[in-house]
Amino acid sequence: MADPMKIRASAKDGVTEVKILMSHEMETGQRKDAAGALIPAHFITEVSAEHNGRQVLAAQFGTAVSKNPYLAFKFKGGAKGDKLAVSWVDNKGDKRTDEVQIA
Amino acid sequence: MNLQRREALKAGGGLGLFGLLAAAGLITPGQARAEWNKSAFDAKTIEETLKALGASAPANSADVQITAPDIAENGAVVPVGVVSALAGVEAIAILIEKNPNPLAASFVLPAGTEASVQTRVKMGQTSDVYALVKVGGQFLMTKKEIKVTLGGCGG
Repeated sequence: MADPMKIRASAKDGVTEVKILMSHEMETGQRKDAAGALIPAHFITEVSAEHNGRQVLAAQFGTAVSKNPYLAFKFKGGAKGDKLAVSWVDNKGDKRTDEVQIA
Repeated sequence: MNLQRREALKAGGGLGLFGLLAAAGLITPGQARAEWNKSAFDAKTIEETLKALGASAPANSADVQITAPDIAENGAVVPVGVVSALAGVEAIAILIEKNPNPLAASFVLPAGTEASVQTRVKMGQTSDVYALVKVGGQFLMTKKEIKVTLGGCGG
């Protein structure tokens, strides 16, 4: 199981700003280890954010997204105390979901 | 049902990665999410990527802006943001021309989500970065060159 995500969500003037920091290796599959063997790719492929059960963002990542991916976006609506759930799936089938309350 | 899938995965052998991807898709049937666009992420050139995304000949537009540094010291972590003042943006994609696979990330924005995303990407070398935006079935694009002093790929 991967480490938890750091999620900040703050509502201001009817717009909720979300900042997510995921903890993931994001191995591209192009690097080689000391012995010269390719390190297999291991990266997050899909990220989804839901506000009170309604999807507000669906993202697909490639290998070019940096290690420990950062993602920020904004959506209309959302009030203090609402629930925001973020989940990701990687190419090996690992997944993680974290939930925060909008501040 | 599950047993059959396990057998199928075992039989897959060399197709282990695809098997896992498929399994990951099967485990979450309740969630309406688009399938990871493998052909788009595997494409080697900008043209191929655009084709895989269904965006042929996108028009250049000043209504799409890329927020990124002109010079990135570390290619492993280049902050890139895409902002558009247009209403009703449905999707955003970030492409890096000289990376082995240009497509870095794509975002689907349901109604109510603003056309403003930020992330960090890896860049192998100095390259043009493209932001592709889908508005009302139309594709718009803009580009910005980012100079990289230290590559983020290989190692």
